[in-house]
Amino acid sequence: MNRHLLSAADLDRAEAVAVLDVSEEMAATQRREIKKLPTLRGRTVVNLFFEDSTRTRTSFEAAAKRLSADVINFSAKGSSVSKGESLKDTALTLEAMGADAVVVRHWASGAPHRLAHAGWTRGSVVNAGDGTHEHPTQALLDAYTIRRHLRPAGGAGQGGTGQDLEGVRVTIVGDVLHSRVARSNVLLLHTLGAEVTLVAPPTLLPVGVEAWPCRVTNDLDAALADGAPDAVMMLRVQRERMESAGGGYFPSAREYTRRYGLGRSRLALLPGHTIVMHPGPMNRGLEISADAADSPRSTIVEQVGNGVAVRMAVLYLLLAGDGTTTTTSTGGPS
Amino acid sequence: MSAARDQTADPTAGGRVLLEGADIHRALTRIAHELLEANKGPADLLLLGIPTRGVPLAQRLAQRLLEVEGTVVPTGSLDVTMYRDDLRRHPTRPLLPTELPPEGLDDKVVVLVDDVLYSGRTIRAALDALSDLGRPRAVRLAVLVDRGHRELPIRADHVGKNLPTSAAERVSVLLAERDGRDAVVLSSAPSTEPEARA
Repeated sequence: MNRHLLSAADLDRAEAVAVLDVSEEMAATQRREIKKLPTLRGRTVVNLFFEDSTRTRTSFEAAAKRLSADVINFSAKGSSVSKGESLKDTALTLEAMGADAVVVRHWASGAPHRLAHAGWTRGSVVNAGDGTHEHPTQALLDAYTIRRHLRPAGGAGQGGTGQDLEGVRVTIVGDVLHSRVARSNVLLLHTLGAEVTLVAPPTLLPVGVEAWPCRVTNDLDAALADGAPDAVMMLRVQRERMESAGGGYFPSAREYTRRYGLGRSRLALLPGHTIVMHPGPMNRGLEISADAADSPRSTIVEQVGNGVAVRMAVLYLLLAGDGTTTTTSTGGPS
Repeated sequence: MSAARDQTADPTAGGRVLLEGADIHRALTRIAHELLEANKGPADLLLLGIPTRGVPLAQRLAQRLLEVEGTVVPTGSLDVTMYRDDLRRHPTRPLLPTELPPEGLDDKVVVLVDDVLYSGRTIRAALDALSDLGRPRAVRLAVLVDRGHRELPIRADHVGKNLPTSAAERVSVLLAERDGRDAVVLSSAPSTEPEARA
């Protein structure tokens, strides 16, 4: 793993599998009575959030604290940022406070990249979502969730340890245009060998999507019935990024639900083993019905728990060592 | 790390074989008898191997205990990576499985099993890890090889073989389960591998 995690494309297949394997061991520690580990004692992790995000921030905070790192939460509201301080000055302030890692969420695509490469901070930068660009830890936790369900324990490993996602079919449905989750997932799942299909109305597909390593279609029923996906990931309709109800992207919420929502009848089209995923927060009744969200196939609550384990793994891999290249060997010291 | 070892054709080439398979077999048999004697039987014993080579050693000890007493003694593994004090001196290490029997380790007599005892720092980390997992009634340490050079006040209760070594030498334990054959090999290469620092 590099010094930073800015994009899901930063990881090659071996590195991605290594992150998932470490996540597996982290998850095992979270089933213990004492969940705290001494591993990052004395390290400081700053959560730098320029955009509201309760679940991602608390997930990173829990992950850092379970590894005994000190956590400083720095949100745009109530900080100098609202008084007009630039990203650079904020970064220099955090650097002076001795941040070993900066977890950054920003409304501008590319802000984490700027932070990592402008020389303002010596710490590792973790992208916790930038604009409509990327959200790599979400993609990692989704891949981890898929692997746990679709790569049953074999041999010594539990939950598919050591395995990639070769041949797994994943269908991602909804507002791809505004979704950093979709982009990171396409990149990471492709790296891991999965076959990804994007389903969205033409208005909610970004320019250049044809160059992404995936299939693209506008017909959800065909994608579910003929594609026989192993996992269906519903994306949140990002209404806050749209002007009015449909924002001109679709005629009405009801029409969106009819054509692109996952409800009882579409659930019945899916093969028996298929899991239903959603990165949250859900618009129940819009992109996903209560039947689908609460069905036994749904991994939505599990994804939140897996997020802590995956973020522990990322922080461990970035911060625990001496800063040189991570070994991806499975052998270790005795 | 073992990645380095895998790249070498045979890291023990040119080394001196100190223990053959039969010697290892006899040493483990003796340790099994010592464990039973010290514990007055197999009751409450739990063998925890420290990955990687402590794990097959723990399983072999359990097999001996089964042969001697006819009792199945539970085994498991205890990865100490996240408790090490030298994490920041090396590239990030991968994590290895910690597997405990479902009944846990409260009030058990936990026997830590490792291949080589050297600085004692791995065992220090293991004791910290144990205290986060439960409260054993007692903790004992069994190692196949004690090569000296302790940096902490730690000693083994059961030792397969004491090998006086110099710090410039490397002790490699090979086990059939991982390496295809059983042997303990002493080579003169400087001990750069963490295995030798265990």
